[in-house]
Amino acid sequence: MDDGRPLFQQIAEQIEGAILDGSLAADGQVPSTNELAAFHRINPATAAKGINQLVTDGILYKKRGIGMFVATDARERVLERRREAFGRDFVKPLLVEARRLGLSAEDVKKLIEKGGQE
Amino acid sequence: MSAVFVEDLTMRYRGHTALDGVGLEFQENSIHGLLGRNGAGKTTLMRILTGQEFATSGRVEVFGQPPRENSAVLSRVCFIRESLKYPTNFKVREALAAAAIACDAWDAAFAERLVRDFALPAHRPLKKLSRGQLSAVGIIIGLASRAPLTLFDEPYLGLDAVARQVFYDRLLEDFAEHPRTIVLSTHLIDEVADLLEHVVLIDAGRVVIDADADELRGQAVSVAGSAEAVSAYAQGVAPLHRSELAGRLRVALPRRPARPADGVSVEPLSLQDLIVFSTSQGDRK
Repeated sequence: MDDGRPLFQQIAEQIEGAILDGSLAADGQVPSTNELAAFHRINPATAAKGINQLVTDGILYKKRGIGMFVATDARERVLERRREAFGRDFVKPLLVEARRLGLSAEDVKKLIEKGGQE
Repeated sequence: MSAVFVEDLTMRYRGHTALDGVGLEFQENSIHGLLGRNGAGKTTLMRILTGQEFATSGRVEVFGQPPRENSAVLSRVCFIRESLKYPTNFKVREALAAAAIACDAWDAAFAERLVRDFALPAHRPLKKLSRGQLSAVGIIIGLASRAPLTLFDEPYLGLDAVARQVFYDRLLEDFAEHPRTIVLSTHLIDEVADLLEHVVLIDAGRVVIDADADELRGQAVSVAGSAEAVSAYAQGVAPLHRSELAGRLRVALPRRPARPADGVSVEPLSLQDLIVFSTSQGDRK
C-alpha cells in the first residue's frame, strides 16, 4: 500500500479497480475482510472500513452469513463516479502545470491530439 | 468497551517525572500502537497496567478494575518485555510449557506452529539461544497466550526482517480469528503502521497524539513550494516542522488547510514522519 492516503480508501479503490477491469464480476463474491487484511498486511478493522464504504455507496451488497457481493450496476456506478472525478483529479492539475509552463489551453489540446497519434 | 482506561496518571521517581497526567483508553479487540522515543514513559505505563509498578497518582483500570495485586485481572494479561528473563536452564519447550500453565487461553498447537515458523530449536536450553531466538520465544508466548490483553514492548531485539514479517503475519492472522486487545510498543513505526487501528504517542511522559491510525494517515501533509505560496496556503495551521532552501519552503502540517492549494504541492505525510515531527527533538537522558 502507498504511504500517506487512508488505507480504507485505498482498499475501496482497489476493489473498484477490480470491478472496472472485470476481475470482479457483477454479483460475484468479494474477498472477506480477513482475506483482504492478510493479503495487504493491514488491520482487519481498516479493511472492513473500506468494504463498508463500498456498501454505503451501493457498490457492494451483503448477503447475511455468506459475505459481500458486487452490486449488479456496480461497474456503471464506479465509472460514473470516476468520470466525474476525472476533471478534478487529472485535467485541472494538467492545466495548472501548463499555465506554469506558459502553454495555452489550445497548446494543450494540440498536445493531446498529438499524443493520441503516437 | 475499553480494555484499558487511564485517567490523570502520574508516575514520579526521585527527581524525575516518568508519566505526567496521562489519560488514554484502549478499546477492546483492537490493535493499538504505543509509540514514542526511548525514555518517553511507554514501558513505565505498561508496567503500571500489568501491576508491576504502582502509580504515584491517577486512575488505572484494566477490564474495569485496578490491576494492582488483582489476580482476576492479571490472569487475563500477558506482557512481553524487550529483554524477558527466563530461568536459563530451561529448554525452549519447557519455557513454553511454563507459559501454558500461566495462560488460561493458551493454544499449544498454535505455539508448536510458531516454533516451526521461527525455526526455533525446541530442545535447546534458552541460555544457548541467540538474541533473536530469545525474542522469538517471547513473541511465541505473547501470541499463543491469546491473552485478552497482550502487550508487546519492543519485542524484537535481534530479529531479522524476515522473522519480524512472520510475527506481523501471524499476529494479523490470529487476531482475525481470535480478536483481542493488543498493545504494540515499537520504534519500527513504518513496519507496523498498517497493522494498527489506534495510535497513542507519548512524549516526555505526556500523550501528544491519540487517534485512529487511518485518520492520522489522511490528515497530516507535507507542503512544498515557493516560500510565499506555502506561507499563504499554511496560514493559520501551526507547522510541525519547516525547512527552507533558496526561496523554497517545505512545511509539515498536522492537517490539510481548508483552502485551495495554489502553486504548492501537497503530499500526505507518513505516520513515521508525523511521529518524528510531533516528538521533541534532541537527546534526553
